[in-house]
Amino acid sequence: MADKAVMTGTYFMNGDYACCEGALAAGCRFFAGYPITPATEIAERMSRRLPELGGIFIQMEDEIASMSAILGASWGGVKAMTSTSGPGFSLMMENIGLGICTETPCVICNVQRAGPSTGLPTLVGQGDMMQARWGSHGHYEVIALAPSSPQEMFDLTIRAFNLSEQYRIPVMIMADEVVGHMNERVVIPRREEIEIVGRRKPKVSPDKYLPYHPDPDGVAPMANCGDGYRIHITGLTHDERGYPGMDEKTQAQMVNRLIGKIVNNRDKIIRTENVYLDDADVVVVAYGISARSARQAVRDARARGIRAGLIKLETVWPFPEALIRDVAGRVRALIMPEINAGQMVLEVQRCAGGACPVHLVSHLGGSIIHPATILRAIEDSIKGKK
Amino acid sequence: MEGLIRSERLPHIWCAGCGIGTVFGSVIGAIQKSGYDLNKTAIVSGIGCTARMAGYIRLDSFHTTHGRALPFATGLKLANPELKVIVVSGDGDLLAIGGNHFIHAARRNIDITVICVNNLNYGMTGGQLAPSTPFGAKTTTSVTGCPEEPFNFCYLASACGAIYVARWTSLHIRRLTNSITEAMQKRGFGFVEILTPCPTSFGRRNKIGTALETLKFYHERSVIRNDIDPKEAPIDFGNNIVVGKFVDTERPTFLDNYQLSCKNLIGDWPDFEGTIVPENQAG
Amino acid sequence: MSYTIMNKEKHILITGFGGQGVIMAGDILGTAATLYDGKFATMTQAYGPEARGGACSAQIIISEEEVLFPYVKEPHVLICLSQEGYAKNIGSLREGGMLILDADLIQARKISSDIIAYDIPATRFAEELGNKMMANIVTLGFLAAVYNLVGAEALRKAVQTSVPAPTREMNSRAFERGSEYGKATLKSRAKQGRLARD
Repeated sequence: MADKAVMTGTYFMNGDYACCEGALAAGCRFFAGYPITPATEIAERMSRRLPELGGIFIQMEDEIASMSAILGASWGGVKAMTSTSGPGFSLMMENIGLGICTETPCVICNVQRAGPSTGLPTLVGQGDMMQARWGSHGHYEVIALAPSSPQEMFDLTIRAFNLSEQYRIPVMIMADEVVGHMNERVVIPRREEIEIVGRRKPKVSPDKYLPYHPDPDGVAPMANCGDGYRIHITGLTHDERGYPGMDEKTQAQMVNRLIGKIVNNRDKIIRTENVYLDDADVVVVAYGISARSARQAVRDARARGIRAGLIKLETVWPFPEALIRDVAGRVRALIMPEINAGQMVLEVQRCAGGACPVHLVSHLGGSIIHPATILRAIEDSIKGKK
Repeated sequence: MEGLIRSERLPHIWCAGCGIGTVFGSVIGAIQKSGYDLNKTAIVSGIGCTARMAGYIRLDSFHTTHGRALPFATGLKLANPELKVIVVSGDGDLLAIGGNHFIHAARRNIDITVICVNNLNYGMTGGQLAPSTPFGAKTTTSVTGCPEEPFNFCYLASACGAIYVARWTSLHIRRLTNSITEAMQKRGFGFVEILTPCPTSFGRRNKIGTALETLKFYHERSVIRNDIDPKEAPIDFGNNIVVGKFVDTERPTFLDNYQLSCKNLIGDWPDFEGTIVPENQAG
Repeated sequence: MSYTIMNKEKHILITGFGGQGVIMAGDILGTAATLYDGKFATMTQAYGPEARGGACSAQIIISEEEVLFPYVKEPHVLICLSQEGYAKNIGSLREGGMLILDADLIQARKISSDIIAYDIPATRFAEELGNKMMANIVTLGFLAAVYNLVGAEALRKAVQTSVPAPTREMNSRAFERGSEYGKATLKSRAKQGRLARD
């Protein structure tokens, strides 16, 4: 193959593999991970693919180490990722916080299975959505994406790397067992058709460089280790020099900036696919694998004369507050299917603010939600209001 | 030395009599002596008093999470093999919460120099028991005497495959600086342990007393025995504190073997005959 | 819950145990449909927590349109390569569906008259051709002959691109052996007046 990194072509490929190919196409050359169902295939493929590209694959002793290693690698100047599932995601939380605090670009793919604890290792769940948002301690913002097909595993992994470099933040890909293990058509474009965001390097000399002095968009240029800038990076609350500042003022400045760089750029970060929203009476808000069933249910409802619509969340965090608020004011009900006991639905409810009823279609894990179940919820919501 | 200190960050946080400052001086001396490009030399630390060294040295320096300096440093080194990577860590950081990473970083022979300041307790949090706390010693979480046996870090490092292992006290400044320099100049996982006084948190709760008394104690009881098996070199405070350079050997680093595996040159386990493994495994 | 299958979707369930090439067969079927036959396909797989070596299945949906819900619960075609797979899944086969099994491996119960059942001695054929690991390919050849799911040419191509290069010729023979047996089976049934439908 001429271009080993970008495997241009059409494939019948599973989502875990597509995630790898997306990562490699995005320029990822470092992977540290630990085997865990249903994310193991990502590590397996990376262990074969990275050596072909002069990259590093290392199987670490656990997920704590894996997460730490990708932070180190990112500071070493290499795009880095790890993959895991629930139990490993839990172990990664502390160092995801370090990545957020030190503003370290990297990507974590969580192929979700049903929990809590060991749960159903081989079966699907979407129960880590709030953990992605709040799993590390302290207050911060995150970026998390939710692919619903192998093609999106490819596309969104590239986007995850781009967002992580653009906003200097660990980006989470919240996949699930079905998306990870399902084979489907994956089209890998030519290299020149793929948009890649590179690292924003300092434009000033080392003596003038402040590691956390932001550009107007709130994001600071990043010097890599070895570039001669002799930076100090710490998980302690720090000032623009990167030096610890043990006081409330430094804390407020740092946390405000960590939050602000995401919140103030959310229009550029958030992407949703909006289907039939113009005339919809009832709108299903869905993400990941559940969005496929939701799309079928919305089509079936339309076939039955019900004006149903769909908001498919490509970005789950930050949450599209404005869109949901707007739609809630125009529809008779919002419905959210998810494979947990109600997580993202809390956000939908919050944003709806009572403007319309919000119904949860819940599955507790082990299977995906059938379109007929969502269709029934759509029908019930219309009847309920009449 | 001055150029390597972030003087704008002074005063430092270490207590009067603490041994970390002495070790810090040795680390800086060794870095200068070793002759590595300072722009390509990085310090990684976790959490604790010793970990704060990273904040005072004018190099690329990373003060990470508790126990995780080694996996962070592993990622850093593998991503950019040009870097000389030094990990500075306390005993609890490196060998309690970070113990598993220590074992595996040594086993993999990651090309990192690890400096472990062993002050027998968790100093920063006020003196709790650590995996180094001697049996019977008093700490805030063992007020009637530590009921656990400590372990011999040098023996552990050696058993896990470290290619350089040495132990000194903060009195052995010249030897310590030499050891750190030697460890840095080797390719692979080097480990240097330094016994230091912690008068504030450990000394005052135990008969070992002030910093000066502790150093006197170390002076009286330390015995240099180079090249002995570190298994035979436990820290026996009641008798001899064995110090010295215990291990100085060679074996392929992680990257050496990784390069071989990338070229499918490792050969077939368990019979490697017939497979040519290059003598000089270039990193 | 009533289970609706989208028009134009064909659901296939292949069951066996790990190491028989069950997932590979599903992969080849999906590859044929997706890459060489202009169709849409999904494949999901199920295996127990033991992950490897135990019972496993590949669920394939092939359609003229985008497939949204990827689970197969009531297959149109059930292919069984193990007794356990057969016992566990025979009840799920749709009325009028097709059962393909290897009778050398599976003792079938009395098979309901509203399903079309075929026996293909795939493992024996594969052994005769040099490697019993090719039973999955023999079965695919048979399927190509008895059921118009994806074009036989597309399937041939998918076999060729999916198996390791040195085994292509061998697997090609395995595929043709299954295909010939399928054609012969159809012919003999036609003679008996029991023409298997599309």
